[in-house]
Amino acid sequence: MMQPIPNGPVPPETFERPEKRADVQRALFDPEMVRPALRAAVRKLDPRLMARNPVMFVVEIGSVIVSVLLLQELWRAILGNAGDLLFLAQLTMWLWFTVLFASFAEALAEGRGKAQADSLRRTRTETVARRLLEDGTTELVPASALRSGDVVRVEAGELIPNDGEVIGGVAFVSEAAITGESAPVLKEPGTDIRSSVTGGTQVISDWLLIRITAEPGASFLDRMIALVEGSARRKTPNELALTILLSGLTIVFLVVTVTLRPLAIYSGAQISTAVLIALLVTLIPTTIGGLLSAIGIAGMDRLVRKNVLALSGRAVEAAGDVDVLLLDKTGTITYGNRMAAELLPAEGHSLEELTRAALLASLADETPEGKSIVALAQRSGVAASDGLPAGVESIPFTAETRVSGIRSDGHETIKGAADAVAARVGHASAEVGQIVATISQQGGTPLVVADGHDVLGVIYLKDTVKPGMRERFEELRRMGIRTVMITGDNPLTARTIADEAGVDDFVAEAKPEDKLRIIREHQAEGRLVAMTGDGTNDAPALAQSDVGVAMHTGTAAAKEAGNMVDLDSDPTKLIDIVAIGKQLLITRGALTTFSIANDVAKYFAIIPALFVATYPELDALNIMRLNSPKSAILAAVIFNALIIVALIPIALRGVTYRPLGAAAILRRNLLVYGLGGLCVPFVGIKLIDLILAATGLA
Amino acid sequence: MTTQAILQLVLYVAALALLAKLLGGYLARVFSGERTFADPVLAPVERTIYRLTGVDPQREMPWTTYAFALLAFSLFSVLALYLLQRVQGSLPLNPAGQGNVPPHLAFNTAVSFTTNTNWQSYLPEATVSHLTQMAGLTVQNFVSAAAGIAIAVALVRGLARHSAKAIGNFWVDLTRAVLWVLLPVAFVLALIFVSQGVVQNLDAPRQITTLPGEVQTIAQGPVASQEAIKMFGTNGGGFFNANSAHPFENPTPLTNLLQMLTIFAIPAGLTAMFGRMVGNPRQGWTVFGVMLALFLVGAVLTTVFEQQGNPRFPDAVDQRASASQAGGNMEGKETRFGISASALFATITTAASCGAVNAMHDAFTPLGGLVLLNNIAVGEVIFGGVGAGLYGFLIFAMLAVFIAGLMVGRTPEYIGKKIEPREMTFVTLTILVVPLLILGLTAIALVTERGLLGPLNPGPHGLTEVLYAYTSGAGNNGSAFAGLNANSNFYATTLGIAMLGGRFLMIVPILAVAGSLAAKKRVAATAGTFPTTGLLFGGLLCGVILIVAALTFFPAYALGPIVEHLMLRAGS
Repeated sequence: MMQPIPNGPVPPETFERPEKRADVQRALFDPEMVRPALRAAVRKLDPRLMARNPVMFVVEIGSVIVSVLLLQELWRAILGNAGDLLFLAQLTMWLWFTVLFASFAEALAEGRGKAQADSLRRTRTETVARRLLEDGTTELVPASALRSGDVVRVEAGELIPNDGEVIGGVAFVSEAAITGESAPVLKEPGTDIRSSVTGGTQVISDWLLIRITAEPGASFLDRMIALVEGSARRKTPNELALTILLSGLTIVFLVVTVTLRPLAIYSGAQISTAVLIALLVTLIPTTIGGLLSAIGIAGMDRLVRKNVLALSGRAVEAAGDVDVLLLDKTGTITYGNRMAAELLPAEGHSLEELTRAALLASLADETPEGKSIVALAQRSGVAASDGLPAGVESIPFTAETRVSGIRSDGHETIKGAADAVAARVGHASAEVGQIVATISQQGGTPLVVADGHDVLGVIYLKDTVKPGMRERFEELRRMGIRTVMITGDNPLTARTIADEAGVDDFVAEAKPEDKLRIIREHQAEGRLVAMTGDGTNDAPALAQSDVGVAMHTGTAAAKEAGNMVDLDSDPTKLIDIVAIGKQLLITRGALTTFSIANDVAKYFAIIPALFVATYPELDALNIMRLNSPKSAILAAVIFNALIIVALIPIALRGVTYRPLGAAAILRRNLLVYGLGGLCVPFVGIKLIDLILAATGLA
Repeated sequence: MTTQAILQLVLYVAALALLAKLLGGYLARVFSGERTFADPVLAPVERTIYRLTGVDPQREMPWTTYAFALLAFSLFSVLALYLLQRVQGSLPLNPAGQGNVPPHLAFNTAVSFTTNTNWQSYLPEATVSHLTQMAGLTVQNFVSAAAGIAIAVALVRGLARHSAKAIGNFWVDLTRAVLWVLLPVAFVLALIFVSQGVVQNLDAPRQITTLPGEVQTIAQGPVASQEAIKMFGTNGGGFFNANSAHPFENPTPLTNLLQMLTIFAIPAGLTAMFGRMVGNPRQGWTVFGVMLALFLVGAVLTTVFEQQGNPRFPDAVDQRASASQAGGNMEGKETRFGISASALFATITTAASCGAVNAMHDAFTPLGGLVLLNNIAVGEVIFGGVGAGLYGFLIFAMLAVFIAGLMVGRTPEYIGKKIEPREMTFVTLTILVVPLLILGLTAIALVTERGLLGPLNPGPHGLTEVLYAYTSGAGNNGSAFAGLNANSNFYATTLGIAMLGGRFLMIVPILAVAGSLAAKKRVAATAGTFPTTGLLFGGLLCGVILIVAALTFFPAYALGPIVEHLMLRAGS
């Protein structure tokens, strides 16, 4: 936790606030994003790149073959032997569009990441570092020449050249370039968390001596750029498994179409190669095949927008699978500060009397506890003067007296631990002792208030649960995720907070090494565990967990060990991360289902079209009553291409995710994407057929 | 459907569910090595077998060794059966004086019986000796069924175990399947069949003079002993060419019902065994339920289509069912069984990869025939062959879980096992095999001169005949649509390829899946876990199975049975 340092440097008031990353967000089809994406889409037609995506590679090969057939047909037309050029030309065009739309989707997803990478890259360029030489003098070197182990001196206004550890000086550093957070943070040597600095961040007051810990090109910023840009992207296990299945389906449909020609010959029908390729392209899962990589990139992108960096796509998928969340009590579930919750007057004293005294005793108290007492008093309608009234002196808290308050004309109004107050006022009250004991039992902290020699009552301080936590845990429970609170408190205090926050389980009196043990226990039972951490002693547990989110304010060791970094250092972000992981998988599954379900309608469009000349009876299968065999085939191909574009928003934004149980989610998605996938193409193909017929294109 | 047909179906399903429950518990005990009532008699026999063969029953195998043992055993079986047929002429127990079986036919038959297909390109009465029937074909009926059970058990172990290297011992599974399951039931069943009039002797064919005064040759032999395992092991290879339509194989309504029940007995029992072995009987019942639903749809459709009769008959022909006639499309059906018992038998024998027939499938109505064809084409997973049905089904379950599991936002998992790239690779391979074999070979047959000599009918019906043959071969069903002359080098060889591919190209990746699953850790189930029991998953599974088959075979169906049906209706 960051705490104000009394005598440290003062953060400069006039600090130019850089653009927050959230401002970079743009509309989905922003022309500024679309134009470069279109150019990139054309570049992606390179077969060497396309081969990474087996489904679209098959479409590209098909498009090439049909293009050659079109050229042949053109040649014949020149020789005066005209065939149906219009049909073939349209078919060729739409097949190429199919490939293009798929690479456009990928390029668009990548482009959104690139925009963020560019804004990061700007902070990295042209840094000159002051390297400390052995004789104590410094020399100017480019940041790229710095090696791990070099020591540099960074003055106010300069960029920190690379990741490192503070070994001298105290300064405020703005990490806005990386976290988007404008408030500067204090860095100083010798502490676990506050000593680590990130390359690309800016020292804005005083100076720092930093020992560089990263080799050039391997800094956190470099990794971050590579990640948001997608250049470090590899297929995740689940994506790979899906690609295998889609390739298998593609082979099945390849077999179906290749063997259809002999079957047609036997039946006395003629099917041209171009039409067979059209059939193949409409049957193979182009919708999901075309959008698969865009879905993955967009998933990472959504995390980046939440200011979370996943160091691998695997981690994002694992987030969807998480069964147990280990949450630190302090800072995650509670604010970590004890706050005044209630005032309990002793017999013979009114609540107002106690409130007034408690307020007076806390006026000079700048600690969060003191401020919370003032706030509570004000809420109950007692006005406070701004600052200490004249002639009143403060009694500061000391380890010796263990009380604090004010003194006015020798009359003391104080608050403090029960025994300390009893010692100061010279007597103890059995009744107040009773109240104190009750509060302690409930896990709270009692502060006794005395005015002169009168003991007025007790302030009930307690660790306050952040608002909305109970609802979020309830949400997680519906998703099938257990929450476990980890705290160093005694079991009694822990239980009180656990009950109030609504976690499923808690571990009290936990030492840092206990986290590792708890994670292993859960994993042995076949559960996936997620946790957050920032300290070096969290590193082993972060490494052991399936999803380890390191706080960006944390140490380099913690960031190394985790597989995600939260730039906002907000531990409750875990819940969002889980939702994004699930949404990513759901989007993949939904579009796969949709893609496969589409095939049924396409069969009903194309099969009668292919064979109605041979077997007029097969017109009975033309249930959409499509206009002609050619318009039926074209309509299916056009629908197949357009549906990719239509689904780009879903691929990039992800399907709507609601935290429900698995059965409810499945029922909903089966209805929307399964049944929808069956029905939509019937309507779509029919509409396109009508347009084709009306415009005379087929 | 007639009342009689409905009653028959209800009775059948009730008996089947009971059988599944009883047999499931027994199978689970047998393959978990637990005590059974038969142990006092069988355990010493088992020990003696292991001592003689040098098998260490305690030593479990990783999937590679398991697969290797199975392949070696099957190769040995093919070679032994081939050899036996090639020299049967000079061996004893050949009262009819059958000569040596020609090479292409011997190859086809050897492959057919070791792959549990029992496709019969040969004419039994005129080709094989009693010795070949008993020591060759019947033995393979036992061990090919046992091998199928072993593979299913190995896959179930893969799901049930976790962090394990081995999936069982092939030799032990094979031996226990024969000793504890197949032999005792087949023995009792054979006795019942004999009591009903099924022939069992070692005699030569008998010449008799019929009432009109003509001389007829009546073939006979060890029929009952082969008939029992032919059904119980979903083999289907008849002692006679007419198979279960022959009165010596299937003489009474009782034997007909028993035959239908014994076909589904083990496949249904294995679903219950699966539920018990993975520790959640509901998982087993869900599989049973899906199989039953798909079966019932087929049974009802076939019965309805057949009962409707032929629209091309003149109105004067009465095709209605009544007390005096079965009505409907009786072409190619036994009057002893009528429409309902023939349609039900046909649905069962094609759904399970049995292939025994009591009517000619070729003469079914186009749509009735389509149901039978589709039963096989979905991959023999509607109860399916012994073992083959369950392992094929579980592969579909993993496929369904993979697609649907994604939709609930988790890495897909089945019975606590994550379905990852490695599993998907093997699952995809098994899904490729059947379309590749069926459509590939059908396409070749339909455009080659020697292939076109096969079908006896032109046009769509001829296409169906060829398609059915390869579907039957690749699905290891073995039933013939008839109307196809398959006794040629071309068909014997290509069907042999279909049968080998349909069996072993499936088994190896499936055992790989078993090995891979066994090695995985088990994932705990939570409210976020995709439920693989109950109606929702059942419905999803039905959908996946039907859609995969429909998408693969729709063009071929359209050019075969569908267009034939439309032409029949249109009267052209």
